[in-house]
Amino acid sequence: MTALAPQATPDPKHITVQYYALLREQAGRRDEALVTRARTAAELYAELTQRYPFSLAPEVLRVAINTEFREWTAPLADGDAVVFIPPVAGG
Amino acid sequence: MAAFQFTRTPIAPDELRRALADPVCGGYAAFEGWVRDSNEGQRVRGLEYEAFEALGVREGERIVADAIARFGIAHAACVHRIGALAVGELAVWVGVSAAHRDEAFRACRYIIDEVKHRLPIWKKEHYLNGDSGWVNCERCAAAQAAAEDAAAARHVHEHV
Repeated sequence: MTALAPQATPDPKHITVQYYALLREQAGRRDEALVTRARTAAELYAELTQRYPFSLAPEVLRVAINTEFREWTAPLADGDAVVFIPPVAGG
Repeated sequence: MAAFQFTRTPIAPDELRRALADPVCGGYAAFEGWVRDSNEGQRVRGLEYEAFEALGVREGERIVADAIARFGIAHAACVHRIGALAVGELAVWVGVSAAHRDEAFRACRYIIDEVKHRLPIWKKEHYLNGDSGWVNCERCAAAQAAAEDAAAARHVHEHV
C-alpha cells in the first residue's frame, strides 16, 4: 500500500546552489538555498532556466554535487550542494 | 608546500622554486602563464580570474599527484592567481623537479594542460574598447548581446 508508483512526485528537497562567472552574473547572485522537486541536476538546471536568463545550454556545462564532478543524471538528495560549471578558462 | 593552491596576491616564483630543490634532482622545469595584451583580435586591458576554490584545489592536487605517479618526478607544485590582474602579471605557475630533464619537461606540460582543461576557473577579459567577456563563453555572450540589441531596437521602435 505504501509503495510509490514510479511516476510519483518526489518529496521536496532542500538544495543549495552556487553560481560562478557568467551564471553568477545572469542569476544576479552568488548562491541560494531552495526547495525543489527536481530529481536530478539536469531537472534542477531546467527549473532554474525558467527563473534566470541563463544563456548557457546544459551541453556546455558540467555539474558538481558536494564538491565532486557528477553526471547530470545523478539523483539529488536533501542537503546537496550543487554547482553548475560554465566552460573553464584557467591558465 | 601545497601541491596546488590559489592565491589573491602576486605569485613569487623564486620562493616556490626553492621549495622544489632536492639533491636527488638534476633537472627543474617551470611554466609561467602571463596575462597577454590581446585575445582573438581584441586588445586586452586586464582580466579577472574566478574559481570554485574547493573543487579547484581538490582537482589541482589530483593533477599534481597524477603527474608525480605518471612521470616519476620528485616534486611538483602549481599556483593559480585569482582576482583582478593587469597585462604582464603572472597568472599561473607550475614547477617540477626530477632526476632528469625529460620527465621534468613532460610533467610540467602535463600539469599546465590538465589545469587549463579541468580546473573550475573562469577568466573575464576587459578590453580597451570598454567591452568585457568571459573567455570560452563569448559565443553565448555574443548571442545574448544580439538578443539585447534586438530588444533595444524593438523598444526604440515602440517609442518612435
